[in-house]
Amino acid sequence: MAKRSAPEVNAGSMADIAFLLLIFFLVTTTIETDSGINRKLPPMEEQEEDIVIKEKNIFTVVVNKNNQMLVEEELTEISEVRELAMAFLDNGGGLGEEACKYCQGERNPSSSDNPDKAIISLKNDRETSYKVYIAVQNELVAAYNELRNREFLSLNPSLGYNYVDAQKRYDDPRTSLDDRERLKPLLDQVKAMYPQKLSEAEPSKTN
Amino acid sequence: MSKFKKKKDGDLPAISTASLPDIVFMLLFFFMVATVMRDSTLMVANSLPAANQVQKLDKKDRVMYIYAGKPSSRYTDKYGTGARIQLNDKFATVEEVAAFVLAERAAKRQELQNVLTTALKVDGDTKMGLVSDIKQELRKVNALKINYTTRLGDYTQNID
Repeated sequence: MAKRSAPEVNAGSMADIAFLLLIFFLVTTTIETDSGINRKLPPMEEQEEDIVIKEKNIFTVVVNKNNQMLVEEELTEISEVRELAMAFLDNGGGLGEEACKYCQGERNPSSSDNPDKAIISLKNDRETSYKVYIAVQNELVAAYNELRNREFLSLNPSLGYNYVDAQKRYDDPRTSLDDRERLKPLLDQVKAMYPQKLSEAEPSKTN
Repeated sequence: MSKFKKKKDGDLPAISTASLPDIVFMLLFFFMVATVMRDSTLMVANSLPAANQVQKLDKKDRVMYIYAGKPSSRYTDKYGTGARIQLNDKFATVEEVAAFVLAERAAKRQELQNVLTTALKVDGDTKMGLVSDIKQELRKVNALKINYTTRLGDYTQNID
């Protein structure tokens, strides 16, 4: 049995430890942010004259009420959509002024002329499940992203990251203004090479 | 000798509580920073579909949220099991979306009014008909930037 009492613990540094922890948590925690697929809806004003688009420049994807998918009127699995969409966008079948120099596709004359002309038309039914619709959207966006990644890497091999990462960096509010300014033309260049022309038609009614 | 002296000898001295406020403040700050305020209670089922080609939705002040899905179990006897739209804290019809967007837009600062994004937090099991109706309403009020809010994951999770 020890008779003497223990010496009082010096609490002076407790505050320092507390602040150390506080700063540690402040730095390491990221506030959860929502993420999702960004889309732009077409404006309401109907265009007066119908723009003539060649059938071969439209890639139709239809998701019917049984959540089955028809790509160019053929029943397709969702896993195949990305490949098909990429082949369509990257086809570059145009000649002369419409030729696409950077495309690596098959140059099939019955598919799209160039990525600028190529339009993906996504149609759904009112009974289509939202989950499946998002899955298809995701795969179509992935097709664009893969092509953009490829071009971004070949245009800027020294940067060391692809288009998606560059876009992420650009969107990140922590990125400095200088970096953003530097990235913007690079991103815009690739975006212009493969513009995202994804039309979401109004759904068909089920009878 | 203190009045409150305990009978036993060799007691430990009382632990200093001087740092207690620090610890409490630390916790307070931590929770203040880490918690996301949910400005409306969810009244609908909201299991978001998975996607991996996503963009972050930073800058919360430029976002307005539209929820949709089946009413959660608490509300099913009153509102049924059909998918519904939730705006702020109450169920709404499709026609009310436009008014909601205009009200939200008016409440934002002038310079943000043209850059607003509408985040559609729609339950995965909802039918596209409802989503299309919302989209049509948004087009009517020229709220063209939308975001299909998803959780991060492979698309195959959406197909069962």
